[in-house]
Amino acid sequence: MRKTVIKNLVMVALLGMIMPATGFAADTIKIGVAGPHTGDLAPYGIPTKEAAEMVAAQVNAAGGVLGMQIEVLPMDDQCKPEIATNAATKLVSLDVDVVIGHVCSGATKAAMGIYKEAKIIAVSPSATNPPLTQSGDYPNFYRTIAPDDDQGKLASDFATDKLGAKRIAILHDKGDYGKGFADFAKQFIEAGGKAEVVLFEGVTPGAMDYSAVVQKVRREKADAVIFGGYHPEASKLVSQMNKKRMKIPFIGPDGVKGNGFLEIAGKDAEGVYATGPMDVSDYAVNQKAKADYTSKYGKEPGTFFDQGYAAMQVILNAIEVAGGTEYAALEKALKSSYVDTAVGKIKFDAKGDAEGVGFSVFQVQDGKFVELN
Amino acid sequence: MEYFLELSSSGLVRGSIYALIALGYTMVYGIIQLINFAHGEIYMIGAFVALIVSGVLTIYGFSGISILILAALIAVIYAAAYGYTLEKIAYRPLRNAPRLSPLISAIGMSLFLQNYVLLAQTPDFLRFPALIPDFEFMEPIAHIMGSPELVIVVTSAVSMVGLTVLIKYTRIGKAMRATQQDMTMARLVGVNVDNVISMTFIIGSVLAAIGGVLVGSYIGQINFYIGFMAGVKAFTAAVLGGIGNIPGAVLGALVLGLTEAYAAGYISSAYEDVFAFGVLVLILIFRPSGLLGKAVKQKV
Amino acid sequence: MVDNIKRSLLVALWFVFLTFPLMVVKVNTLKNIVEWRWINMLWVAIGSFVLSIVWRWAMERRQLKSKKAEQGEEESVKPGFGQRLLEDPKIFKPVLIVLALVTLVFPLVVDIYQANIMVLALIFVVLGLGLNVTVGLAGLLDLGYVAFFAVGAYTYGVLNSFFGFGFWISLPLGGLMGALFGIVLGFPILRLRGDYLAIVTLGFGSIAKIVIENWEEVFNGAKGIANIPRPGFFGAEMSIHTATTYTYYIMILMVLFAIFITNRLKDSRVGRAWMALREDEIACVAMGVDMARTKLSAYAFGAFWAGLAGVIFASRNTYINPNSFTFMESALVLSIVVMGGMGSIIGVIIAALVLILMPEYLRAFSEYRMLMFGAVMVLMMIFRPEGLIANVRRKYAGRKVVTEDANA
Repeated sequence: MRKTVIKNLVMVALLGMIMPATGFAADTIKIGVAGPHTGDLAPYGIPTKEAAEMVAAQVNAAGGVLGMQIEVLPMDDQCKPEIATNAATKLVSLDVDVVIGHVCSGATKAAMGIYKEAKIIAVSPSATNPPLTQSGDYPNFYRTIAPDDDQGKLASDFATDKLGAKRIAILHDKGDYGKGFADFAKQFIEAGGKAEVVLFEGVTPGAMDYSAVVQKVRREKADAVIFGGYHPEASKLVSQMNKKRMKIPFIGPDGVKGNGFLEIAGKDAEGVYATGPMDVSDYAVNQKAKADYTSKYGKEPGTFFDQGYAAMQVILNAIEVAGGTEYAALEKALKSSYVDTAVGKIKFDAKGDAEGVGFSVFQVQDGKFVELN
Repeated sequence: MEYFLELSSSGLVRGSIYALIALGYTMVYGIIQLINFAHGEIYMIGAFVALIVSGVLTIYGFSGISILILAALIAVIYAAAYGYTLEKIAYRPLRNAPRLSPLISAIGMSLFLQNYVLLAQTPDFLRFPALIPDFEFMEPIAHIMGSPELVIVVTSAVSMVGLTVLIKYTRIGKAMRATQQDMTMARLVGVNVDNVISMTFIIGSVLAAIGGVLVGSYIGQINFYIGFMAGVKAFTAAVLGGIGNIPGAVLGALVLGLTEAYAAGYISSAYEDVFAFGVLVLILIFRPSGLLGKAVKQKV
Repeated sequence: MVDNIKRSLLVALWFVFLTFPLMVVKVNTLKNIVEWRWINMLWVAIGSFVLSIVWRWAMERRQLKSKKAEQGEEESVKPGFGQRLLEDPKIFKPVLIVLALVTLVFPLVVDIYQANIMVLALIFVVLGLGLNVTVGLAGLLDLGYVAFFAVGAYTYGVLNSFFGFGFWISLPLGGLMGALFGIVLGFPILRLRGDYLAIVTLGFGSIAKIVIENWEEVFNGAKGIANIPRPGFFGAEMSIHTATTYTYYIMILMVLFAIFITNRLKDSRVGRAWMALREDEIACVAMGVDMARTKLSAYAFGAFWAGLAGVIFASRNTYINPNSFTFMESALVLSIVVMGGMGSIIGVIIAALVLILMPEYLRAFSEYRMLMFGAVMVLMMIFRPEGLIANVRRKYAGRKVVTEDANA
């Protein structure tokens, strides 16, 4: 018994090791989609995967790009650097042409070096950490989302100028996305000198409740809350503020601005502000993407769906313009031609940030995000 | 002073939930010395079942209190069924195995159940309806303690009293205590040890599911991952109070909940877990078998 | 047989009931309709029916085997394969030579992906060997082992980003820092036993992560530390592929080093003290073993390897952030030790390779991979509760082989 078990194990292990990268037909374009597809951060990775698969299916049905079929290769990275490098090398050894991802800034930083050497372009739907584009370390990196500093500035300006807040409490979820946004908001408020940051504190995602922190905001007599993080924590905070009968403005980043937030927070969402890409909901491409998704999955798309959808669109467009997947041509195409995407009409600047993704502030009114002017 | 009351109330609420989950940990541990890492997932599944049932009932036109009762009832039944099955599959075959093997099996089960719910339902957070109504009389002090919080504290207290009665005065309670003291001896005097262990899992799961429904309704959102953190904290609470000791688990949970609330309120919520574990280490340094745990004299 | 089928039918019915709300019902809050996915019910019924039959069969075999073992047949007379592998030079030598050859040429014949995941697996082999000292030999259950791993990784990360220290200087420093933390954290918990110890170490693990997350000036918080150099070779420029291959060989050397040291240590004075402590603390202290020193040395020694592995981990990923140091990693390393068979070195190596490489090879199942991973963990424990290779107690000349029942 023991003998056979060991033998089998060895066999399986050996088979696994020598199993060659499964061969694919030559006339396909392979697009890796890397992000967290399992684990606690899966809600932020799966929408992008679904978006990419949807676009691919549609394009393939219409005959593909340059006569080639699109193949989407999802790669789970669990937002962990070590798994991200595994995923990246796996994609490289599968000979992918372009990568969409990764989703978390940290995982992206770990993986970019591998793509850089393999001359693969990566377009992230959600890695907002500014150095990714601004440091110049990652020339093959592009993103369809605005970096943290832009959003932080917008949110802090809005709080001080439009809302006239004097005592602002800044909360964040300690993650690279939320903390990054909160850091910049704090920096801009302090530089602006119009208001004071009375509380700057991290909350633990997944903690049972935030009532203690909410009480603290009340004690500091804050007249506005800026929150860096995603919608589950935001809605938890908002609903607990309501439970504690606190009525002060709550401002979140674009991780909050989405239907996920509206759905979870329900009535508590009323009046909440969020920064986000300029209103694209009456934009035809965006409407179609959402309608397709809803008819396929029977629910509203999740976080970063628009950005993932847009990433897929810019890539396919660039491939078409460049006439192939050659690195330099692709780079030129990404940086030169505007595309109609789910986040607006965009192209990329020299550093890899999207141009044309205007930002504005939204407020929830009657269960919908409405753009404020 | 009011601030202190506010923090105490939020600590009390947290502590009550921890206590409901910790009781399951401590009961199982008392009998088979197993850290049941999958216990948090039972709590999560309880919450999910309640959410699904209440969703279905809302759509079919039920309303108000009937939804709360039916949803809670079905959640409790299902949690019990999951707890029972879990023990039968993952732990019973390991009854005589080395001590750490069931622990690994529990970690595997925890991963399995999380991913099962992720795949069968959704990775997203879901809105949990506020099943607990807002009482008028709580309105003046709602900023300190609202109706859902009151319901949580009261339900936990009632459950704990019920559990104590069950263990002290009923036949199955006696059998449980006997098994806890000496499994072999209990078997010799005719206690069906397997049934007692199953029953322990069922009772623990019922309490966890009650916790799940209450938390879901209070926080307003759940996803497949909520069981993990809750489980770790509840386990910490159980150890803090002296693992295997039922009043200890409740006391430990309250101490933990209040510590977290005060730490978040007076120091920094970013470090609340550091203080929670810090208190644990401090208490264990001075009382190595927990607050109410008895120091076991080792026979040489 | 009929009885078997009847019972399996009942089991299938039970699972249909159990999975009904989660697998069949899905509430669509958007359109306010309920989706009834009846097809899933069918799958659950068929699946659980088949699995139940297989399960029953496997259980019967297991029982048969343990009965045999009880009667002292077979097992004690003819030691299992794992044990023979270690004992019998006729098998041992050729296997070792083949293994050595495979290990040597491995990174040269496979692509970068395989080499890369193998490096990760080898890192976990070292972690497993380290924790094996604390848990397997000294019997101190540690659920926060990842803290020492983080200490090593951040030692390199911080020293490199602030002072420009290279890999080769940081490597021993990482190990020493790990050991230092092992002693510092070991002090307050000397008196704790068993599961109290487990939860306190779990607490230390979480505290380490929170401190890294929040102390931004030093650890750069959630943003993590980027651009950590890969191991250098006299300043030679290397492509990622070459660097990975190079790291692979470093890892192989380190694993051999770890095996050598732990193996030697097992037979040393302190190693025996560890094992004595594990078997019976009171008797051990009564025999004059210094409890504090023995426990602390076990912590320090286990943590030392975690520190070393941490440095390599940082250099392999070139980027570290707190996400890599969660409770899941501690649980993973502990699983490696337990599944390998507490105290057994070969077992730990095999278990580490299986547990780290399995999720990678399960990528074909994409979103189902973690589900399967969990299931495999449970199954492995049920069918091999003593681990893959049960630890063999050293035998002395003239005595019969005694298989330890590992009831630590």
